[in-house]
Amino acid sequence: MSATAAEPWIGRPLKRKEDPRLIMGRARYIDDINAVGQLWAAFVRSPEAHARIASIDTSEAKAFPGVHAVFTGNDLDLEAPLPMAWVPPGVEVKNPPHWSLAKDEVHHVGDPVALVIGSDRYAVVDAAQLVSVEYDPLPVVVDLEKAYEGGDLVHADLGTNQCHEWSLGGGDLDAGFAAADVVVERRIVNHRTAGAAIEPRGVLADYRAGSLTLTSSTQVPHFLRLFLALQLGISEDRIRAIAPEVGGGFGSKLQIYGEEIALAWASRKLERPIKWVESRTEGMLATHHGRDQIAYTKIGATRDGKITAYHTKILQDLGAYLMLLTPTIPSLGAFVMSGVYDIPAVQTDIVGVFTNKMPTDAIRGAGRPEATHQIELMIDQLADELGMDRLELRRKNFMRPESFPHETAIGVVYDSGDYPKALDTLLELADLDAIKAAAPAGKLRGIGYSTYTEICGLAPSRVTGPSGFGLQTGLWESAMVRVHITGAVTVYTGTSPHGQGLETTMAQIVAQRLGCDPQNVEVIHGDTGTGPQGLGTYGSRSTAVGGESVARATAKIVDKARQIVAHQLEAAVDDVELSGDKFSVKGSPDKGMTIGEISMAAYIPENLPEGMEPGLEELAFYDPENFVFPFGAHGCVVEVDPDTGNVDVVKYAAVDDCGPAINPKIIDGQVHGGIVHAIGQALFERIHYDDEGQLVTSNFADYALPSAADVPSFDLDRTETPSPVNSLGVKGIGEAGTIAASPAITNAVLDALRPLGVTFINMPLGPQRVWEAIQEAKA
Amino acid sequence: MAGSVRVTMTVNGAQQSAEVEPRLLLVHFLRETLGLTGTHVGCDTSNCGACTVHLNGEAIKSCTLLAAQADGAEIKTIEGMGQEGALHPLQEAFWEHHGLQCGYCTPGMIMASADLLERNPKPNEEEVREALAGNLCRCTGYHNIVKAVIAASETTA
Ligand code: FES
Ligand code: FES
Repeated sequence: MSATAAEPWIGRPLKRKEDPRLIMGRARYIDDINAVGQLWAAFVRSPEAHARIASIDTSEAKAFPGVHAVFTGNDLDLEAPLPMAWVPPGVEVKNPPHWSLAKDEVHHVGDPVALVIGSDRYAVVDAAQLVSVEYDPLPVVVDLEKAYEGGDLVHADLGTNQCHEWSLGGGDLDAGFAAADVVVERRIVNHRTAGAAIEPRGVLADYRAGSLTLTSSTQVPHFLRLFLALQLGISEDRIRAIAPEVGGGFGSKLQIYGEEIALAWASRKLERPIKWVESRTEGMLATHHGRDQIAYTKIGATRDGKITAYHTKILQDLGAYLMLLTPTIPSLGAFVMSGVYDIPAVQTDIVGVFTNKMPTDAIRGAGRPEATHQIELMIDQLADELGMDRLELRRKNFMRPESFPHETAIGVVYDSGDYPKALDTLLELADLDAIKAAAPAGKLRGIGYSTYTEICGLAPSRVTGPSGFGLQTGLWESAMVRVHITGAVTVYTGTSPHGQGLETTMAQIVAQRLGCDPQNVEVIHGDTGTGPQGLGTYGSRSTAVGGESVARATAKIVDKARQIVAHQLEAAVDDVELSGDKFSVKGSPDKGMTIGEISMAAYIPENLPEGMEPGLEELAFYDPENFVFPFGAHGCVVEVDPDTGNVDVVKYAAVDDCGPAINPKIIDGQVHGGIVHAIGQALFERIHYDDEGQLVTSNFADYALPSAADVPSFDLDRTETPSPVNSLGVKGIGEAGTIAASPAITNAVLDALRPLGVTFINMPLGPQRVWEAIQEAKA
Repeated sequence: MAGSVRVTMTVNGAQQSAEVEPRLLLVHFLRETLGLTGTHVGCDTSNCGACTVHLNGEAIKSCTLLAAQADGAEIKTIEGMGQEGALHPLQEAFWEHHGLQCGYCTPGMIMASADLLERNPKPNEEEVREALAGNLCRCTGYHNIVKAVIAASETTA
């Protein structure tokens, strides 16, 4: 970072550049975009959780006014089933075929069986109801533990419901448990949730004259282009994938969806643009879910509170098929299973299990919220068992600040951290004890803590790629920085932000290094036709990986700029540095050129150094050497009404460390949203299937997203521990709140209920479950 | 399906008239017939509030009303709230206080907040939270939305 710039753009809470179009209602989301000659699509979805398709009669639908075509699974001559990107070396992963439209069997409610295309948005929905499908029901598998044990099968030809087994461990587990004076075991359920972005998914496929333009509410336009090419057999250069304004994703749009492929196929077939936007009910049925695992955890410690071993066996409910990253999600958690603690022996054993439900995949945090929930609950349970203060137990086992970079028992190297400092800062931020003590008569208050880390900045390709973890992709990022002749700058990033404020954050990075105003730095993203290559926005990677690639492309611009200045001002290149808004010669700050003057010289190349190309534009690819590990300490006070079981969050305070803040306003916003996402899971939200595999929570009336009235305002603070992994020192922040908050809430509820004899409880902590726990403890 | 009805209403100060299917929702009339796409759709059960507009001066969810039911009404959408260089105080406050991330809920939030400030010009935090309980946001955690609404209430007389 240029320490000499007079205007330190990095670190300033600037208002976001992206906001004017959003606050004026002028943004263009997928449903705001239409093509000339466009048709509409509607999907016919299975009402059965598991059935053989006996027959499909589309004649009535085809005859409906305005209908152009009706397609079923066997009509779609695609090159391959929908993609799954994980081939871990030495591990067998059973991957049943998954098609855009089911071919012979349906495996979950909402599985699409037919596609109706017509000229009117309302009429295609009417026509879809006229497609008559006869189903022969098959046994339905819903319960995760029963599915794991055997019995009825989701995919009969696999002969088992177990998809794969995967383990990660290090240290001597047996010796660790042998050395323990106390061993605590728990069964921790992390229930199924929905990403529930407020913008539904939508697709506009437009195939004409041999080329396909596919606009989709996606987090990953480049992956989408690749898979469209592979699925449809179209050369990648003739496909343009566009993510327009995207109204939130939270992982649910990090996917290659059957609807995207089916619409592209149909558009090619009919040579017409075709659009589809899901209804919320469709979204709940057929946009991938998250979480849904049961962990059997076991932790051992000496009497004085030194943790000696930690073992977790995880059953992951995969749902009916493997989508892009489905089976990898619990493994992401396994990399940080021991959290912020120095534990000599750690082992995670994962079994993926099929059920007749919508597939699970990445939802905000993806595996890391589950892992954090487990270790942070276990720490409190262990403290209880030891009769030790839970913060003292945490402090006793924290990785020491001086031990970084810290290699854990399983061989993961945490880049940097100062966990005691984060906890101290939290305790200064809010007097939780006083708030707890102020409980009104008849109410119970409890305090919960969560000291967390996460692994993000996906990812060093060497570690995550085909011969490492087994993802069939690199996870680098690229950026192009173009300084125009006027000195205005356009940045093209391969990331694909959808609410994260990257246009502002990246503009600040560039402005800092070029001495210009971020207002004159435009950031373009989400279009494979205009940008450089990239891999999208997820896994808290867009600043740590995408931002770093922008910084590196900018550094190349700076190199060239300094050469031009040195040449024109007859100085040594090494003596040219950025000072204020000028690249000037050391010692004579008035002798210098602004980036606008330099670019003018670069584009009107009358006086450039010998052999230098004209223009001022650079590209950089960046593949990180390691992950980054943000961390922090969260604490809250909840109030339980013992008569109703209702839980209120009275106070929530959080200290997060994502390295040096580029835009504190944006970082705080990410933390707020992340916390509420996790409070939602802890207290309100649950995707619920009944015993027949019917989705009970299929809309926002039944799936309870937290509203403004359900949550408090937050007290936030930050510590800043730079990462040595990238030149900005930054770590991710998009998922941090979600990773940290569910154990803080759960631990607080347990703290409140302990006087009543309740010692353990699983989320979601709705009134009924809490009330039942109280009654059970009384009995 | 059969037939059509003529609806006429004033939208953001301009008179609009069209022949529409009787079952056309007001939100689709605004978005598709008039091209005012700032009003969004986020659900099918009247829970999310992304579609909030003003009908005769009051905030309503335009997905729960047929266009025909709004015949003769005065409608205001986000496009009628402010312009570049002349933003509505709530738009300014949402921008200043980072009351939005993806922006999808934002038009509805602003319309619902404007309705609140009309009825209660100086709300406290709890009143803001209660008033916005019918508008869901997945991104912001509401903290900065509440802050923005209170800030806007302080800048308007
Ligand atoms: S779209 Fe109207 S309330 Fe959700
Ligand atoms: S800003 Fe994304 S839903 Fe509110």
